[in-house]
Amino acid sequence: MTSTRSVTHASFTITRHWKAAPARVFQAFADQSQKDKWFGGVKGEWEPVSRSFDFRVGGRENVSGRWKKTGIVSHFDCIYQDIVENERIIYSYVMHLDDRKISVSQQCIEITPDGAGSKLVLTEYGDYLDGYDDNGGREHGTNMLMDHLAASIGE
Amino acid sequence: MLDYELDKTFAALADPARRAMVERLVQGPATVSELARPLPMSLPAAMLHLKVLEESGLVTSRKAGRVRTCQIDPARLSLAERWVGERLRMWEASLDRLGAFLDATKPQDEP
Repeated sequence: MTSTRSVTHASFTITRHWKAAPARVFQAFADQSQKDKWFGGVKGEWEPVSRSFDFRVGGRENVSGRWKKTGIVSHFDCIYQDIVENERIIYSYVMHLDDRKISVSQQCIEITPDGAGSKLVLTEYGDYLDGYDDNGGREHGTNMLMDHLAASIGE
Repeated sequence: MLDYELDKTFAALADPARRAMVERLVQGPATVSELARPLPMSLPAAMLHLKVLEESGLVTSRKAGRVRTCQIDPARLSLAERWVGERLRMWEASLDRLGAFLDATKPQDEP
């Protein structure tokens, strides 16, 4: 068992088209009671542990919750860097699983009108971290990668 | 859109024969003929797949006498890459829920 410290730099983009106007989409990010309806773990599989929400430039947000199956607590901690009402949100965030830091990322949410509805583009740039004893996790990771790939190509 | 290296990794794995080879190599190094034997294809066809895996950097090989032995490059299949895949899925799932939330809270005047 060797300790591995490495960083994978990656980015990804997700695009969605919705019938809702940009202002409604923006509010789903800006209003905590709305965001709590869709952000965080899956109900039944995940229970909240801590929560804070301060949606303004320089403000912070935390979502921590325990995954019932594994007992692992995931932590999302972000700081808002740029907010343009109904148009754009940029934040940086750190993810932990228990006390293990797994990534440091920046994410940009762009909302533009699309007919009567809106288009949302989420772009993430991240540093994804190893940096602890692997202990068989790599093999597990490989299998996960295969599963994800199979799912993504519809097999 | 994943970065270039990750793109090559995923492209290399987008084939059942190559995934079978990688799954075998995760257990430990293997010769080319050991990798090819369980696959329903000729040895030359299997070697073409192996070449794709080598070009992606997932697999390295060395030749000793007439036997070529392959192994996984562990750096390419790191947990960090697993985190990337899981992160993408996490945000896709969140945006699916956001879309459902927007539908469920649709005002009267929205088409």
